[in-house]
Amino acid sequence: MELTGAKIVIQTLLDLGVSTVFGYPGGAVLFIYDEIYKEKKLTHILTRHEQGALHAADGYARVSGEVGVAIVTSGPGATNAVTGLATAYMDSIPMVCITGQVPVPLIGNDAFQEADIVGITRSCTKHNYLVRDVKDLARVLREAFHIAKTGRPGPVLVDIPKDVTTQITEYVNRSEEVKIRSYRPNLKGHAGQIKRAVTLLKNAQRPMIYTGGGVVLSNASDELFHFTEQMNAPITNTLMGLGAFPASDGRFVGMLGMHGTYEANMAVSHCDLLIAIGARFDDRVTGKLSEFAPHAKILHIDVDPTSISKNVHVDIPIVGDVKLVLEQINKQIESKSFQKSKPDMTPWWQLVEEWRSKDSLAYTQGESAIEAQYVIQKLCELTKGNAIVATDVGQHQMWAAQFYDFDRPRRWVTSGGLGTMGFGLPAAMGAQIAKPDDTVVVISGDGSIQMNIQELATCLQYKLPVITIILNNGFLGMVRQWQEFFYERRYAETDMSHQPDFVKLAEAYGALGLRAKKPNEVEPAIKEALASGRTAIIDIHIRPEGNVYPMVPAGAALNDMILL
Amino acid sequence: MRHIISVLVENEAGVLSRVSGLFSARGFNIESLTVAPVGDGETSRITLVSIGEDHIIEQIIKQLNKLIPVLHVADFTDGPHVERELMLVKVAAEQAQRAEILRIADIFRSRVVDATPSSFTIEVTGDVGKLDACLALLMPLGVTEMVRTGQVALGRGDRSMAKG
Ligand SMILES: Cc1cc2nc3c(=O)[nH]c(=O)nc-3n(C[C@H](O)[C@H](O)[C@H](O)COP(=O)(O)OP(=O)(O)OC[C@H]3O[C@@H](n4cnc5c(N)ncnc54)[C@H](O)[C@@H]3O)c2cc1C
Ligand SMILES: Cc1ncc(C[n+]2csc(CCOP(=O)(O)OP(=O)(O)O)c2C)c(N)n1
Repeated sequence: MELTGAKIVIQTLLDLGVSTVFGYPGGAVLFIYDEIYKEKKLTHILTRHEQGALHAADGYARVSGEVGVAIVTSGPGATNAVTGLATAYMDSIPMVCITGQVPVPLIGNDAFQEADIVGITRSCTKHNYLVRDVKDLARVLREAFHIAKTGRPGPVLVDIPKDVTTQITEYVNRSEEVKIRSYRPNLKGHAGQIKRAVTLLKNAQRPMIYTGGGVVLSNASDELFHFTEQMNAPITNTLMGLGAFPASDGRFVGMLGMHGTYEANMAVSHCDLLIAIGARFDDRVTGKLSEFAPHAKILHIDVDPTSISKNVHVDIPIVGDVKLVLEQINKQIESKSFQKSKPDMTPWWQLVEEWRSKDSLAYTQGESAIEAQYVIQKLCELTKGNAIVATDVGQHQMWAAQFYDFDRPRRWVTSGGLGTMGFGLPAAMGAQIAKPDDTVVVISGDGSIQMNIQELATCLQYKLPVITIILNNGFLGMVRQWQEFFYERRYAETDMSHQPDFVKLAEAYGALGLRAKKPNEVEPAIKEALASGRTAIIDIHIRPEGNVYPMVPAGAALNDMILL
Repeated sequence: MRHIISVLVENEAGVLSRVSGLFSARGFNIESLTVAPVGDGETSRITLVSIGEDHIIEQIIKQLNKLIPVLHVADFTDGPHVERELMLVKVAAEQAQRAEILRIADIFRSRVVDATPSSFTIEVTGDVGKLDACLALLMPLGVTEMVRTGQVALGRGDRSMAKG
């Protein structure tokens, strides 16, 4: 059938199974929006800022595992999308962003609302396209989805000039067929490498499992659980990997890295085999490279060869999809002979338990000032650990990571790689749309929330009962903490005490506004918000100069932690 | 160490900036880069020279492979290969020096491709060592302008880059 480019965009999305897109209209995408208006099968969520649309699509993708889709206009619409793309790129989130572009004959002429968005986003997308011919449009969109969700996932941008959306061509639904001769990710583990890996696994006396976002992205939690059971080894998750292994399981020793637990970091520092699974040895995790896991052989499973031996030399690399590779490995370690020849883990576990008994996350909740940790623990308790938790960036993010216990994957939505303040609320909207029946909570700070607070209007428009908890310390707390520790308390430009009345602000948007200033007001406020079924903000005044502990100073070795 | 890396890419708009952008974004060193369509015109072949420690070169090759339009990457450094570069040099050629310049050109089996009463332009082809040596002799005679293509290379014998 003959369709216009604009109609092809919508039809291709539908044929690819897309039901929801997030976006913001403008001149260059008017024809596309006209088709959105006519097409009832596609839900469009109108955000209040393009950055919000991108983060919402991102949150939707993280929680659902589907490709998140955003549509924005050319020029400023496209440049507003850049932070959202970069955020998704750093965390390997599958997304497709469609941008409008000025008509082909005007490209390069400094036309009205022209931006070279393909040039601008080359280094923060997995791939991007400028579609100059309507005949390529459907194929390019299909390729974009294929690239976004396969291999190491990532955002893909498709820039569509306005005149391409009016041109007409033949459209045939070919959603299943995507062949890109230069793109074929390797998914199955090399048999020889698996064999070598199994030998290492068999002989390790102090094995340590370190897993990351790749396990979540690969939907490999079951395989990971089975593997960990067979190995009976301690396991730690990166910030991005939380939830992939149940926090309530005794083998879990918490997050590792800069704000990880003492036991996780000590176990990494003392293990003789580090089993890295879908994790990329980020500098927040490794600390001083030369002293990272100094006694260990390293086994690394990752679908992206560039992640392997990038920062830390790997002894046995296995390039492949976590799920498939773990299936391959699990088959071999289930065998009786493997289990029989494995060293006794008791001495290793004794060491780990000793480190754990230090209780590095301990804090005391007094009578007067509210401790942030207490708020998160209460939230976890009141939601039975079942909420989807999105965060902004800062101390509140770390406290959320340390004190909310996730037993399932895809319930934890945080910007780890880019560390984008302003991510939380819009990402939570996307999550709520993906999971309408689940409780979705944003943990934010008084700084971060002001970066995309306009999205409250979106929540109200679409009746999204997202609850935002502001851990209000009157500071850009994380930066202040660094200034306290490393800049002799010179609090340069981190005082945020001049702030709106968040309760009234919530009410102005039509949301529920609540406040807690004393420890005993925390629980009632959270309960009220949970019971209300409304979009809500809870402004919780916490101790202004509370710090995140433990902490490995940047560049220090993991076993060199600042404990409370 | 110096590495000559060949990259076979889809011949499409923007592919060169993807490759060069990778080098600048990741802080990889790039000594020279040449590119032209090859074969049926659907693919282009980029040859680039980079200097770096082994693990950096390994990252470069992996990162190049990761670019979607890249079909194949080969590092020629370890295997037998031929490498060539072309250089055009313009030398101020006053009467007294003309014979000397021609003699040097002859030694390096190079050709004079343009001559005026006051200058010669010489075309030299060879590996880097030969070009550098030739240039070293011409320099004192007054080189006014020059251009080099950067190196290209092919594996020796039956070795050839897989075509997707
Ligand atoms: C303020 C702040 C503090 C932070 N502190 C910490 C900290 O203390 N501890 C911490 O851990 N992090 C911390 N981070 C996060 C940190 O910056 C990184 O984002 C995080 O450590 C990276 O997690 P990851 O290694 O799991 O990699 P991800 O970014 O999740 O990457 C996933 C890896 O898995 C691979 N992969 C993807 N899909 C698959 C698949 N299907 N099969 C196989 N492999 C796959 C990818 O190629 C990649 O290598 C902090 C961030 C902020 C903003
Ligand atoms: C967009 C953006 N700008 C700046 C930063 C640097 N930064 C990291 S944490 C932080 C402070 C965040 O303050 P707040 O949201 O109040 O959270 P808190 O640390 O107090 O919990 C800043 C400014 C960032 N991560 N993102």
